Amino acid sequence: MDIVRAGPLTTVQDLGRPGWAHLGVPRSGALDPPALRLANRLVGNAEDAAGLEITAAGCAVRLRKAGTFALTGALARVTVGGRPACYGVPVAAPAGAVVEVGRAEYGVRSYLAVAGGIAVPPVLGSRSTDTLSGLGPAPLRDGDVLPIGPAATPSTVDFVPWQAPPAVLELRVRLGPRRDWFTSAAVEALLGTQYTVSAVSNRVGARLSGAALARAREGELPSEGVVLGAVQVPASGQPLIFLADHPTTGGYPVIAVVDDVSPLAQALPGTTVRFHGSER
Amino acid sequence: MTGMRMTEVGRAALLIECADGDHVEAWRAELWRRRERGELSVAEIVPGARTVLLDGVTDPADLARRMAEWPPPAATGTAEGPLVTVPVVYDGTDLPWVAEHWELSTEDTVDRIASAEFRVAFCGFSPGFAYLAGLPAEWTVPRLANPRPKVPAGSVGLAGEYAGIYPTASPGGWRLVGRTERVLFDVDRDPPALLVPGTRVRLVPA
Repeated sequence: MDIVRAGPLTTVQDLGRPGWAHLGVPRSGALDPPALRLANRLVGNAEDAAGLEITAAGCAVRLRKAGTFALTGALARVTVGGRPACYGVPVAAPAGAVVEVGRAEYGVRSYLAVAGGIAVPPVLGSRSTDTLSGLGPAPLRDGDVLPIGPAATPSTVDFVPWQAPPAVLELRVRLGPRRDWFTSAAVEALLGTQYTVSAVSNRVGARLSGAALARAREGELPSEGVVLGAVQVPASGQPLIFLADHPTTGGYPVIAVVDDVSPLAQALPGTTVRFHGSER
Repeated sequence: MTGMRMTEVGRAALLIECADGDHVEAWRAELWRRRERGELSVAEIVPGARTVLLDGVTDPADLARRMAEWPPPAATGTAEGPLVTVPVVYDGTDLPWVAEHWELSTEDTVDRIASAEFRVAFCGFSPGFAYLAGLPAEWTVPRLANPRPKVPAGSVGLAGEYAGIYPTASPGGWRLVGRTERVLFDVDRDPPALLVPGTRVRLVPA
């Protein structure tokens, strides 16, 4: 597969490289795992096969051999050799055809799976690009060539229901582990006010702006392991939610942890976020 | 149980808070042993400065109850891990500053670092970056107020209670005392990191 137009940020992603956090290796992997899994199922791949994660502005690829692909995640127009094709279904492309993925119309990150999967050599068990540590293949550039593995039989689905990302993102959180580092007013602000996704968000974290979360104690937290979805609060008091490329340890206190971060993969800057406490 | 406290983190993790670094090492070693024996099902066991994180746990509350029944591992303060000797050229930019801070000659400063036996307390910051414990508390070294935009790979530095070696070139705020040629992280090696938690380390003059 040739990368004809890489766009601003298109990366190879599978389900990441968990299991190495004790050596400082981030988990990485698709920011929206359900979307990548679905794309893989549509083309007959194992769910953990590698595909392309395409950010906001689309990309174009050329399949050297005839093959099947599927686009999921952020809704975008797709064309094959200039002809419109469908989103969310397996599409057969003839050899040499250019598959063009347009700008995301709803959401941020589209996933392109190709039957056989992207077969770059795995690094520590994963083909994912880790934008924090630089492990895995570099973000794609125009002219790159990616190997494709042997294809299995695509699924026979011809329709997958699609739901537009919500205007207000409701996220379930569990308080802690460092809730006691914050004032009760900070906890109330987190659970009772609205935050906005900031434009400087990336694969490492979703930065939010809104009510600053005040500390109940001074000083530095000794570095400790952090999890996916941790709501970390740096000195500014503005929360940051850790996504797939998050560092493995951190020194800022974590006020709460989001149950499921995959909707944040599709949250445009400016999206309103509301947190809800979760029953233990 | 003495020396530790457990806190649930989200829906699938448990944080063990320990009294000090020796207890962290004792728990890390105990948890790795139990996982090895199949008594513990967990995706990640991540030591920190004063904590051990267990991530990818099916039922954190249940695990916390089970762990409360375990006899606490003894924090002996002596690491049992393998010894790795890292040859260091002691010509770091901040060596004179550290010598002045410790009120020693540069020769004695190098001796002090070179004669210490360090232990990898935890990793973080970047793949293969190990926080090396072993300097007495009264020898802590403050971090640079303004981190350098680029520190070369292999740089050996001090910050707080730790020594560390930069696996790759990166920004950094540690006080640089020397450099090594050893490769700290190599994805084609097993394990990829030269310095894994629990490893004993000596920073000998090259």
